[in-house]
Amino acid sequence: MNWVTTFFSTSVGKKILMSITGMSFIGFLVVHLIGNLTIYGGKDYFDSYVDHLHSLGPVLHVFEIGLLTFALIHVLTGAVLTFQNFLSRPVRYQMNRNAGGRTLGSATMPYTGAILLIFLVFHVLHFHFADHTVKTTFEIVTGYFVNPFYAGAYVCVMIVAAFHVSHGFWSAFQTLGINHGKYTPMLKILSLLFACIVAAGFGFLPIYFNMFI
Amino acid sequence: MSTGDGMEKKINLTLKVWRQKGPDKKGKIETYRAEDISTDMSFLEMIDVVNEKLVLEGGDPISFDHDCREGICGMCGAVVNGRAHGPSKGTTLCQLHMRHFSDGDTVVIEPFRSRAFKLVKDLVVDRSAFDKIIQAGGYVSVNTGGVPDANAIPIPQEKADLAMDAAQCIGCGACVASCPNASAMLFVSAKVSQLALLPQGRAEAPTRVINMVKEMDNQLFGNCSNERECEAECPKSISIVNIARLNREFIKAGLLSNEK
Repeated sequence: MNWVTTFFSTSVGKKILMSITGMSFIGFLVVHLIGNLTIYGGKDYFDSYVDHLHSLGPVLHVFEIGLLTFALIHVLTGAVLTFQNFLSRPVRYQMNRNAGGRTLGSATMPYTGAILLIFLVFHVLHFHFADHTVKTTFEIVTGYFVNPFYAGAYVCVMIVAAFHVSHGFWSAFQTLGINHGKYTPMLKILSLLFACIVAAGFGFLPIYFNMFI
Repeated sequence: MSTGDGMEKKINLTLKVWRQKGPDKKGKIETYRAEDISTDMSFLEMIDVVNEKLVLEGGDPISFDHDCREGICGMCGAVVNGRAHGPSKGTTLCQLHMRHFSDGDTVVIEPFRSRAFKLVKDLVVDRSAFDKIIQAGGYVSVNTGGVPDANAIPIPQEKADLAMDAAQCIGCGACVASCPNASAMLFVSAKVSQLALLPQGRAEAPTRVINMVKEMDNQLFGNCSNERECEAECPKSISIVNIARLNREFIKAGLLSNEK
């Protein structure tokens, strides 16, 4: 096991951990969004999707444990990397200008990540650990989304998530060494496209509940 | 402000320069006037002019690194108005000319900042951390003997070109200075790529990449977060494609070789 710890304790190894876990979250976001879109089919359609999902039983629990493990790795490794990066320049520049590489998404990764972590705690508490015996999942979702404060906060966090993945998406490929003139420009466009899909796909849900239901 | 012949242009600048007497001394920004500076001068010649005046006045001249003044040695370097090697793309500080500044400009000059680059004096920093990384693997071990025949080892032109692109790195440290995390990944990746792309360097590629990454970490550089500031500031325009290659080499070495 020694080579595994040595490999992942290096700066490149830690970034590989961030990349693999981050890519898995991108996959999860795609599945989660497809599931959420069933909301537009109405109460019965959405609740039926939820029932089908829960009927997976142990398979679902394995995925949940996997996601939780990956989340812990992503958050803890990200925290270590951020802390090391903070220490790497003890004396800051009096004047600092970007040369054109940085984007709003890339410059704010630790902060958008921290916001997403806080959001996730509430999100899981509100929906996963909610009492599903008295209300259906559709009713629980509606209950939160008609609240203007929650709806507003949700939309804002989805925009934050979009910025996070706008850098995270192509960056995950770069960290795994997947960078070539043939497809990297396409990956960068896909990155922005996916960020827009996340912001619009998730962010429009509370707007839909407030305006059309 | 023009001189009599109408060709040479001269400008006056206000310099705000980081002054620090030694590694453990407290430093601060000091203000100087740079007067009658020809726009044909390089940035370093402009500092020479300011220093001559400082010496005549009995002051301590501004210490700065320089050597070839042809943009090929990697010795010079400072952060000018928040940009490593100044505002021009693909240019070392010695090749930055004063025509890029306007009369009356204020120019802030600071040393390259990184925990791995200890400040020696004023704008001079110790970049021997790069030498330590090279010592860890940035070479090809060869037995001494006769000079091999040219073209004895066939190398595809495309590979040779990519290796040459990476070999352009002059080790100036601008990538570290401009990286928001003070990471040395562009430098290390250029050295790893240059050798890994060529058959002469392939044999030691797994050992090299692992040892150089470990030494980079030992030297307390930050971690790469793919912000691409290094690529944008590199005076030799080294691409982050090399960083991806380093990552590939590292994964390959970690998973497919006996190296630990």
